[in-house]
Amino acid sequence: MIKKNSHFDLLSFSLRLLTRSAIIITTMILLFIIGYIFINGISHMKPSLFAFEYNSINVSLFPAMINTITMTALALLVAAPFGISTAIYLVEYANKQNKLVDIIRLTTETLSGIPSIVYGLFGYLFFLTFIGWKYSILAGALTLAIMILPLIIRTTEEALIAIPIEYRQGSYGLGAGRLRTIFKIVLPSAISGILSGIILSIGRIVGETAALIFTAGTVAQIPSNLLSSGRTLAVHMYALYNEGLYVNESYATAVILLIVVIAINALSTFIAKRFKKG
Amino acid sequence: MNDIKIENLNLYYGNNHALKDVNLSIPKNEITAFIGPSGCGKSTLLRTLNRMNDLIEDCKISGSVIINDEDIYTSSVDINLLRKKVGMVFQKPNPFPMSIFDNVAFGPKTHGIKNKKQLFEIVERSLRQAAIWDEVKENLNKSALSLSGGQQQRLCIARALAVDPEILLMDEPTSALDPISTNKIEELITQLKEKYTIIIVTHNMQQAVRISDNTAFFLLGEIIEYGKTEKIFAVPNDKRTEDYITGRFG
Repeated sequence: MIKKNSHFDLLSFSLRLLTRSAIIITTMILLFIIGYIFINGISHMKPSLFAFEYNSINVSLFPAMINTITMTALALLVAAPFGISTAIYLVEYANKQNKLVDIIRLTTETLSGIPSIVYGLFGYLFFLTFIGWKYSILAGALTLAIMILPLIIRTTEEALIAIPIEYRQGSYGLGAGRLRTIFKIVLPSAISGILSGIILSIGRIVGETAALIFTAGTVAQIPSNLLSSGRTLAVHMYALYNEGLYVNESYATAVILLIVVIAINALSTFIAKRFKKG
Repeated sequence: MNDIKIENLNLYYGNNHALKDVNLSIPKNEITAFIGPSGCGKSTLLRTLNRMNDLIEDCKISGSVIINDEDIYTSSVDINLLRKKVGMVFQKPNPFPMSIFDNVAFGPKTHGIKNKKQLFEIVERSLRQAAIWDEVKENLNKSALSLSGGQQQRLCIARALAVDPEILLMDEPTSALDPISTNKIEELITQLKEKYTIIIVTHNMQQAVRISDNTAFFLLGEIIEYGKTEKIFAVPNDKRTEDYITGRFG
């Protein structure tokens, strides 16, 4: 007979208790943060916050929103092509015993662990002091591009490695060349992995302050061109809170920031699904 | 008439001498089976026939493989055209993660066919040839990954046929399939030999007996015996062949 063991198993009970409470605590903390921000922020959300112009009486967040979008687009425009191409080279072209590959891997791993303020300092010294630009959207975007490059390389590389070798063999076996195999078979299959790397990068750009204060400055207007200063939402939040006069509006900005991040995530999941079907 | 002639072929993976002085003539429009225990070089030899071994970094080859009076290892050979002429079906069904139609159309598109009507004709003809048309004609836009393993393998055969090859290489095409699917594929292979020269690597000796006209027995990178299948399985010349086919090792 197989009898149920009736005596109380302390170890499995405590393990169950531990994992369950971990889940509950994590979820609670997350919900608390989001709830706290929404409760403090939504009541101070008013139409005037979306006025086209920022001034010291009406601290509109609209310019910062536009700057965030511009900054994200610019940084990705530079980093994504470089990052994805590098990953393609590493996985599809490079000889596995190649020393250069090891160096690139070591570099990307090291770079991804460096605090963002170090990138900010580099951006300041290189773009502002050495090249001689002013605080500008362009200097900020290029600094962020350098910052997210390792992330894009790593995630794309992993997405490409995950594509079964059988797909490539199938394609080569039909007489397709390497370029066609990469663009028609490998990349479309890896697109959702590559996109998730891009989403992570967007998250880092949108949430970045330290590197931008050094390079893009804190002017709260929509800049007339790429070589003038402009602050993103995160920097805007930091500045408002720091000045201490508009703490409530700072919370309202946090709400917008959260919504933007959630929207970006939803959009990229949607895009990834569309790609998978096609 | 001989379609493929392999002369003094030696192949090394790094320091591993994987094929030793292989000489073989494979006749047109017949089915030739490569049998032998794992690691004997039969799949490796198959892969030299469409230069799939080129993808392996430390693989070195000497000797010659002549297909239609042309040595495929001279530098003037276009590998992509060679692989169009010498199609391949793999051990594990490997349809691309796209629709059934796109899977079959991928090859012809690769070789420059763009006309929609022409593509559709090729897809239909190939799927019919691979005896899977009736099962998929209603859902050509469905993902190929939704098919069963046996259907996927027939789809892969259709995909290989779509580029109009002359020779079809099959690397243990039924080893991942159930008996019913295996049976269907074996039937299909025997029908296909009217139009194509087929070389099949198999672990399954009954399969070699059932479908092949010629059999080559491999051991440790060498061809031990090669001849008509009935002859090899009835009165083998070599003691080692006899031991293998009677199941004494391998």
